[in-house]
Amino acid sequence: MVKDFIFRNQDHESNLISRRIYISAFIILILISMIVSRIFYLTVTKNVHYSTLSQSNRVKIIPIPPIRGLIYSRDGVILAENKSAFSLVVTPEKISSLNETIDQLKKIVLIEDSDIKRFKKSLDRKRKFEKIILRLNLDKEEVARFSVNRHRYPGVDVVARLNRHYPLGKKLVHAIGYVARIDDHDLKSIDTSNYSGTTHIGKLGVEKYYEEFLHGHVGYQQVETNAQGRIIRVLEHVASKPGKNIHLTIDLSLQQIAIDALKDKRGAIVAMDPIKGDVLAFVSSPGYDPNKFVNGIDTESYNLLLASKDRPLINRAIQGEYPPGSTFKPFMGLIGLENGIRNNTKESWCPGWFTLKGNKHRYRDWKKQGHGHTNMHKAVMESCDVYFYTLAYELGIDRIYEGMSKFGFGQTTGIDIEGEKKALMPSRRWKREVLGEAWFPGETLILGIGQGYALVTPLQLVKAMTTFANKGHIIQPRLVTSISNSITTEVHDLPNYSKNKIVLSNNTHWDDMIISMKDVVHDVKGTAWFSGKDAKYNFAGKTGTAQVIGIGQDENYKKEEIAEEFQDHALFIGFAPVEAPKIAIAIIVENGGGGSKTAAPIARKMFDAFMNNRGLITKG
Amino acid sequence: MEEKNLGQRLHIDFPLFFGILILSTLGLVVIYSAGGQDMELVYRQAIKLVIALAGMVIIAQLSPSKIARWSFNLYLIGLILLIIVIFYGDVGKGAQRWLDLKLFRFQPSELMKLTVPMMVAYYLADKTLPPTILQASMVCFLIILPVLLIAIQPDLGTALLVAAAGFSVLFVAGISWRLLAIIGGLGAAITPLLWSLMHSYQKRRVLTFLNPENDPLGAGYHTIQSKIAIGSGGFYGKGWLNGTQSHLEFLPERSTDFIFAVFCEEFGMLGVLFLLCIYLFIILRGLYIAINAQHNFGRLLASGLTLTFFVYIFVNMGMVTGQLPIVGVPLPLVSHGGTSMVTLTIGFGIIMAIHTHRRFLSSKI
Repeated sequence: MVKDFIFRNQDHESNLISRRIYISAFIILILISMIVSRIFYLTVTKNVHYSTLSQSNRVKIIPIPPIRGLIYSRDGVILAENKSAFSLVVTPEKISSLNETIDQLKKIVLIEDSDIKRFKKSLDRKRKFEKIILRLNLDKEEVARFSVNRHRYPGVDVVARLNRHYPLGKKLVHAIGYVARIDDHDLKSIDTSNYSGTTHIGKLGVEKYYEEFLHGHVGYQQVETNAQGRIIRVLEHVASKPGKNIHLTIDLSLQQIAIDALKDKRGAIVAMDPIKGDVLAFVSSPGYDPNKFVNGIDTESYNLLLASKDRPLINRAIQGEYPPGSTFKPFMGLIGLENGIRNNTKESWCPGWFTLKGNKHRYRDWKKQGHGHTNMHKAVMESCDVYFYTLAYELGIDRIYEGMSKFGFGQTTGIDIEGEKKALMPSRRWKREVLGEAWFPGETLILGIGQGYALVTPLQLVKAMTTFANKGHIIQPRLVTSISNSITTEVHDLPNYSKNKIVLSNNTHWDDMIISMKDVVHDVKGTAWFSGKDAKYNFAGKTGTAQVIGIGQDENYKKEEIAEEFQDHALFIGFAPVEAPKIAIAIIVENGGGGSKTAAPIARKMFDAFMNNRGLITKG
Repeated sequence: MEEKNLGQRLHIDFPLFFGILILSTLGLVVIYSAGGQDMELVYRQAIKLVIALAGMVIIAQLSPSKIARWSFNLYLIGLILLIIVIFYGDVGKGAQRWLDLKLFRFQPSELMKLTVPMMVAYYLADKTLPPTILQASMVCFLIILPVLLIAIQPDLGTALLVAAAGFSVLFVAGISWRLLAIIGGLGAAITPLLWSLMHSYQKRRVLTFLNPENDPLGAGYHTIQSKIAIGSGGFYGKGWLNGTQSHLEFLPERSTDFIFAVFCEEFGMLGVLFLLCIYLFIILRGLYIAINAQHNFGRLLASGLTLTFFVYIFVNMGMVTGQLPIVGVPLPLVSHGGTSMVTLTIGFGIIMAIHTHRRFLSSKI
């Protein structure tokens, strides 16, 4: 009986489902006839209307890309411009055989193998129906020859367009960066409708960081075209808004001196205005030509740049991580004074080496016979290692880490380009987390003279130097001072970001350290006295020589026996004039030998030029 | 026991199989034209097609009882993947939809087009039909949960299809007209709420649909151009490879969502009638299988999947002819693209399984 009921129920249910399926089929038939009638309406009833639209005149929207803003130096020299040039472009989608077309084109236009290589590489990363450049900078004759034969090459065009050009080439590449063709990766982050006519986008440096200002806003043209896609007339024209111009903080004459000083060398020089944070010189050597990247660099040239031992693509000013060497000493000294562990008179005895209690290892001074009785002033001036071993040992890693962190070591500086490295200010915690080991006292010692784990970037060094020159006032470095409207020429100054201040228990500690640094270059006993000789103004500085490889306990450093890439890095930090600092500088010459011999003279040259140019020399 | 024919032994329903084959071959022909006569594109699509058909045949070998047993787990996995994709998904076209599995990229929302009707059919299969209010509410919950997760990705087109798949099962299950009206009314009531949750680009699409001239650079342009393409085709069409609208780059998404416009331009009203006949044939065959299934699970699932297939067609054609908003639904089995193709053929594989494993119920009783 129960079973029977279930069967009947199932029957009933299957009938219910079938009924609903019939209803569905009926609804589907109604909806399909609606589609049919709609298509009938469009294709038959309105056929004449749409055929007319389709056959004779069609409306097409053509985006008008904005003109990219220019980049100027502090003194108004153009550093990035838009040059009008004719190029031969190919739309691969419209061509059946690329190789055949290129062979045909070779008959009327000069196409070199390098052009073809660059073109083929561009094909890998292109947008749909994007026109790819085959040959750049056609001359007038070539344009004429192509125009006559144009009908033979469907899918090939000559276009006049603005190409980004960097007149100074490699001199400023690490600050300005470059633009290059938009790729899939960029497409994810940009407003595609605003970039609908744009082919290039900032990839590096200021060009990238200030992209939204430089790019501008797209306009468009509504045009009527015929069946072949030729424009018949313009219905509506909405002009594009050009990008804004950008003014760099770079002082070209200082930049040039720095470039010349690092010629054929690897290294970096950064000069900075301690008050505004303006970066006056920004050199990473060697550089490379950004113009090669604008329309796609061929694989061969790119691999050469990548493989080069000098690694030109690395922006050493913000990405080069170097041991600070003795340039750490003024900061160490200040931390010592501030913590009350040292005062100006307290002396250490320097026999030429230092040992930890219960340990035979001798931590050596650079001066074999030692400095004898040494106070803070003498220790900075003569760069006594033993004094700072002792000081570091007494301070301990925690207080050193705390003090150094206030100066921004181990942190990015916040400069207005991307890619900055944090470098490394080691701490107990860092060592436990990264190396899985406890901190050893010996590591504190060598940290006192800027060796061991500590790494800094040149920009971090110069920023820390400005903090010193400002007596604690911290300023963020910047490469761009202002943005101007290219039509109204209205200038908008960017704010300079000054952050917090390092407040000392006793402000004279700054002066004590600054006097010691002044005597590094102006006292005959100073390590860089030769560089300060006969200067018409006072400057302060500290030399540094950073070991690249460890020298054994009883070995001597013999320059001529060591391969170049293992020779010491030469460092110098400083600022001028001492009384009212206007410029701070950090110099690193890779494998350049001693800081006093190689780096300090460069600083002197740059300070001289700066003081002269600004008419700041009053002395003598 | 009656003799099994070839189709039943291979677990393939030949009428469905040939219908699908004709459609997808037609798809390849149109893709060749729409893609600018790029043979490469056709090859790639043909490979996807072969994989999809193989998947269909493999799925058809499974017995419906197995499919029923997997329904709940698959539904759960789908939900988890949808949540994962919100946090770890790849952003494609401004929406998080893809899960990168290193070997291939995978769209969890696509899976839901199958698992939602499976889950609903599984849930209702052992209930007395028509479903009570409580059961209907439970079904609504089962549908709304994944639909919302997909809608916030935001993928309006897929959310719509998943909802359609679930509700068509509920409809076939005999839900009373009164309840249906209430659900519809509630749906209408929460529309303003959904509107406030929509992404700006989706709002723009709906607004553009209401007034296409609003956005000449963007979505309005799609509608205008596709109407010109269809209308200029006329009754006989301009002929294969002769469509000017599509070849002069006027028409966007030519080989994917807007492929119907290319088809209309080149094959005209006549071609559309032919295409609709094949579609109708497949749909009627699917519904025939549903009616003749031996158990409620099979009846509900086969009809639900078939109705979803129709919703695909209707939404795509409505969108291309300018009667519905542009929501990004491909023309089933014709548009270029692998994912939707595989989902569809697996759906048909399930329908074939329902039809060709005939002893499921009789062996039990």
